[in-house]
Amino acid sequence: MSDFDFTSAAYNAQLAEKKLIGSRCKKCGHTFLPPRALCSHCHSSEMEPFEFSGKGKLAAYTVIYFGPTSMKNAGYDSKNPYCSGIVDLEEGARISAQIFGVDIAHPEAIQIDTPLSAEFFERGEGERKKVFLGFKA
Amino acid sequence: MTGRRLGRGVALVGAGMSKFGAFPGKNTRELFVEAYQEMTASLDKGFDPAAVEAAYIGNFSSELFEGQGHTAPIMTDWVGLTPVPATRVEGACASGSLALRQGILAIASGLYDVVLVGGIEKMTGLTTDGATDALATAADVTYEIPAGFTFPGMYAAIATAYMHEYGMTPETLLQVGIKNHEHGALNPKAQFGQRISAIMEARKASAARKGKPVPTWVTELDFLHDPAANPQIAWPLRLFDCSPVSDGAASVLLVSEDIARHYTDAPLHLIGTGQASDTALHGRSTLTSLPAAKRAGQIAYEMAGVTPADIRAVEVHDCFTIAEIVATEDLDFFKPGEGWKAAEDGLTTRGGARPVNSSGGLKSKGHPVGASGVGQVVEIFHQLRGSAGERQLPGAPNIGMTHNVGGTGQTCVVNIFERR
Repeated sequence: MSDFDFTSAAYNAQLAEKKLIGSRCKKCGHTFLPPRALCSHCHSSEMEPFEFSGKGKLAAYTVIYFGPTSMKNAGYDSKNPYCSGIVDLEEGARISAQIFGVDIAHPEAIQIDTPLSAEFFERGEGERKKVFLGFKA
Repeated sequence: MTGRRLGRGVALVGAGMSKFGAFPGKNTRELFVEAYQEMTASLDKGFDPAAVEAAYIGNFSSELFEGQGHTAPIMTDWVGLTPVPATRVEGACASGSLALRQGILAIASGLYDVVLVGGIEKMTGLTTDGATDALATAADVTYEIPAGFTFPGMYAAIATAYMHEYGMTPETLLQVGIKNHEHGALNPKAQFGQRISAIMEARKASAARKGKPVPTWVTELDFLHDPAANPQIAWPLRLFDCSPVSDGAASVLLVSEDIARHYTDAPLHLIGTGQASDTALHGRSTLTSLPAAKRAGQIAYEMAGVTPADIRAVEVHDCFTIAEIVATEDLDFFKPGEGWKAAEDGLTTRGGARPVNSSGGLKSKGHPVGASGVGQVVEIFHQLRGSAGERQLPGAPNIGMTHNVGGTGQTCVVNIFERR
């Protein structure tokens, strides 16, 4: 990972290896996911790659019945909705991701603060096939 | 907060808008001409187009919506203002307010005395799916959209965080929609200028006419609880929690304060303006407030030297019902966690202590995204000048505010106007 350059391409390449790599500022210790080359906390450019454990908890969520085209292509629609959420990671960053292992049929019963762990999954066909970050309850 | 002031005073002397709605036979320039004509007609002392020195046009994405880029010179051409400098300004659903800000700054700098401001968007040429994808480009397409998020989805996430923090239920959100439709029923420019009860009765009549089973709804809540009438879009947001896909344009004329009375005897003075930016929703320390809206509001209040209690008319960015509740807290009308109770108690209705969105808001009036911020100013223009007709707020309001949000709060603008 010594050549990790803090780009979305580098982030996605690590997701493909089932690793969740963000960045940590060497000056102030602030952690970022997704990774950034410049610290928006202390403005330092001295960043290092930082591996997140993938452990976290649910901060906010929704069950989506009418998704973007990418999700329709993945087989989701109003009869087969899905959960997207914002996850608070243990190491101190937040990220958006699809949430698995929750009761999609009863959105009101999904609990904020539910413990979650990262779940890497493939989606798309042929050259568009890609590994995505999800979280599982 | 910043201690900054405008270099010189800026006045709002004219305002107009097209009807908002779905207009299959009209493109943005044609809607803009309608808005411009109504604006010039509002200049009660007459108007010489040759006096206009520059134009700023808010437009989120005519590229995606109608396959047309480079829209600002087309707008000035179609209203006969070529060759004035025409500049397009983009900030998602806050594009219109950004155009207004550029006009304000241009006059305050002393560069121009007379500036035309417009907002335009033509969204109904795409399917709903196409419009959803186009709007999604206002989010972070690298890190938010791959998570499956849509705009209703992101505001729904804000709603779940808010419900968890403050104990609100989705029932309160329905009240915001009912209220904004009641307000919009008095606005002839509104896309859905009907009470929800009127929409419900029309659906029943239509079913009867077609010989179909007539739904048994009696109250507006019966209708809103029926998944056939009001389907879930992104829990807890249903269809009637979402502003529509719309076409429309709006236009205002800004001039330097010292010449305002050449145009009208009832100019409004721009006394406060604030703008702020933010990271993607998931990058923020709070999910129950839009920090950029709060900051823009604080800057505008400080510049204007007024307090929330002084604001007598306000248009807030209710792209979704939860957004109105959060806005009323971010602007300090209610304490954090109290906005939903105020909505439930009817404080934000026309007759309430703190009327919000007398125009019907984006929910009922419509949300042609690049036009919306300027459309809000058109409503405040009428409310402060006493020309809002049936929907005129009582008490001759003299200070009004607009609150316009791009994305989920990556761009926020708040303006304050005064009738002296």
